[in-house]
Amino acid sequence: MVTPKAAPTLLKPTRSVGIVGYGAYVPRYRLAAKEVARVWTGGKGGLPIKEKAVPGLDEDVITMSIEAARNAMARARIDPTELRAVWVGSESHPYAVKPTSTLVAEAIGAVPNTQAADWQFACKAGTEAVVAAMGLVGSGMGNYAMAIGMDTAQGKPGDALEYTAGAGGAAFILGPAEESLAVINASYSYVTDTPDFWRRPEAKYPEHGMRFTGEPAYFKHITEAATHLMDASGTSAKDYQWAVFHQPNTKFPQKVAKQLGFSTKQINPGLLVPVIGNTYAGAALIGLTGILDEARAGDRVLMVSFGSGAGSDAFDILITDKLEARRDLAPKTLDYIRRRTEIDYATYVRYRGKLQMK
Amino acid sequence: MEIPRHWRLKKQRYALVGEVCPHCEKKIFPPRDICPNCGNEARDLFAFSGKGEVYSYTTIYEAPSGYDSTTPYTVALVKLDEGPIVTAQLTDQGEQPTEIGMPVEMVTRKMRDDGDERGMIVYGYKFRPVLKN
Repeated sequence: MVTPKAAPTLLKPTRSVGIVGYGAYVPRYRLAAKEVARVWTGGKGGLPIKEKAVPGLDEDVITMSIEAARNAMARARIDPTELRAVWVGSESHPYAVKPTSTLVAEAIGAVPNTQAADWQFACKAGTEAVVAAMGLVGSGMGNYAMAIGMDTAQGKPGDALEYTAGAGGAAFILGPAEESLAVINASYSYVTDTPDFWRRPEAKYPEHGMRFTGEPAYFKHITEAATHLMDASGTSAKDYQWAVFHQPNTKFPQKVAKQLGFSTKQINPGLLVPVIGNTYAGAALIGLTGILDEARAGDRVLMVSFGSGAGSDAFDILITDKLEARRDLAPKTLDYIRRRTEIDYATYVRYRGKLQMK
Repeated sequence: MEIPRHWRLKKQRYALVGEVCPHCEKKIFPPRDICPNCGNEARDLFAFSGKGEVYSYTTIYEAPSGYDSTTPYTVALVKLDEGPIVTAQLTDQGEQPTEIGMPVEMVTRKMRDDGDERGMIVYGYKFRPVLKN
């Protein structure tokens, strides 16, 4: 028996909650990392991923969130007017001032008797909305709450981030545990003031601390969050069939998984960054949808996000026997990943609005 | 700027919300006060499934003001499964050519900026090849 040394710090509602619906979205276009290298380094140097997803000219975080939300609603099979919250986490909200969430709520028919808000915390804006939704449902304030993590990430031309800054994300509907496809046993959040990555209000592209984004930021926060959650839950890596970590590139999640004792097999279904890029606020959450598309009743899943600035939210999730009958009610994450049209760098420049037109 | 008009049309534009006539049960899009089929009052809202097929189409190279940043694009007459024909842009075709009879589904997309890049963003329905049957 492991002594639950961090037990008082767990974020665990008094009423048990879980995921009653989930849905992913990935846009159609792909930019190969080797195409970025062709333009900026003469094709030299290592590549952090194979390719990243690029949104079309008519897509943004609002349109992508609407589609993921519709997929989540299809699986949850609830009436949209039963949602008491629609929350969208992103670092690429289309407006600086005017909520993404009200438009998403309007499009899925959840208005007007609902909470709506936009969340912001670099790459963990989506999972913090999930934690808040656990609180809303877990306290009995409402029966259902939607939390979305979605991004059309920005990368400065030629910067290391341009290889990976992708687009996509996922929507989750939290509800009572007894109706859930997966029960969230507990969550744990670990945050410090760590300046590894930021974007000032008027800046188009973010800045980052190069290698400082690794050890003191990504690795420190994820390992602390995962370790505290597992210690407090009396579990270790072998108790989980699957794990998903925030994935800014292919190497980081593989390395942190190994540090925490997880195998390649445990992280593979949720490791999507090689083929869609870093989807920022959507990254850990869309990885979880990849796992939910395959997991079986009784499987246990560890999810740990990371957001620069910095912090991690960790979740201990148990799959129920309701998942299997629901997962085919909406497109699977792999359906979106397989739907792909490769574009060249010039098309990417046009699609991402990098040309000065006036 | 046309803020009130965009605001008034949001339900039909975001989610294909039309009407079903309470007298003859005809599905109506866009919504209107009088049923075009039986001439009686039609007021009951009806959310269309968004599934349909391409009835006819044309490709736009010289776009009207406000739409020129996304040329070339294809505009189709889409016959919805529930009956009405709507005019809408097609999107996300990749290399897939447009064909009459092609099954399509509704997605909510960015249509244009109202005015310039400082104006509100107008969202509405477009159709794409069916992702999954």
